[in-house]
Amino acid sequence: MARTLINVPPTAKRGEVVEIKTLISHPMETGFRTGPDGALIPRDIIHRFTCTYNGEEVFSADLFPAITANPFITFTTVATESGELALSWTDDKGQTQTETAKITVE
Amino acid sequence: MTILATRRDILRTGAATGAAFATLLLVRPVMAKPEEMEAAIRAFTGSAPVAKGKVELVLPALVENGNSVPLAVNVAHWMEPNDYVKTIAVFNEKNPQPNVATFHLTPRSGRASVSTRIRLGDSQKITAIAQLSDGSFWVDEAEVIVTLPACAES
Repeated sequence: MARTLINVPPTAKRGEVVEIKTLISHPMETGFRTGPDGALIPRDIIHRFTCTYNGEEVFSADLFPAITANPFITFTTVATESGELALSWTDDKGQTQTETAKITVE
Repeated sequence: MTILATRRDILRTGAATGAAFATLLLVRPVMAKPEEMEAAIRAFTGSAPVAKGKVELVLPALVENGNSVPLAVNVAHWMEPNDYVKTIAVFNEKNPQPNVATFHLTPRSGRASVSTRIRLGDSQKITAIAQLSDGSFWVDEAEVIVTLPACAES
């Protein structure tokens, strides 16, 4: 399991636009670098990121090798109701990691 | 009596070798060309016209380390259920691949602003294109100078 950092404001007013910051540790190997033996290191990047708010998708992104190692993404969403944000990252090896964050709407 | 090489001859050959060296130095490593970015943009927009405006691409003008460059895209457009910014795509000119990232937004995004960190293999032009829900495209570009490019160590 890769380490993640998720920054979601714990409370928000109804209708407020909140900013969500996410970071996951991942090498994001581009597939263009050569190893010590001169052969290309196979590509292994996170190519897909999604965020769902109480089950409904509010944001997603397709990532390419031009994104840095340990991809950092920030985006916004409208605080509609108290609940859970589920963030998931999928890499080229087919692994998906999902983390959740709670938000309370007043 | 014949002189094998006059001073003028030597100067002439010298100039020719110099020119040959210059062309050798101009041969660049394998990288994407601006045409590939054009092709990637055409694949995204189709044949629809792309207008300047609305989009604001925030990038530092001078980058010390191409391995991590902060990038932000803000689109000055409201996010109403039937009129919103649908997609923001970022393209580059000279990395090995023309695509950087594609962000899919929804009316529940509240605001069309995203940010991330990117790699840059060379000093180049970055293009951000936003697609609205009505199908129109808006663009902004930024020139970036990179002193230490990404992938320099390999």
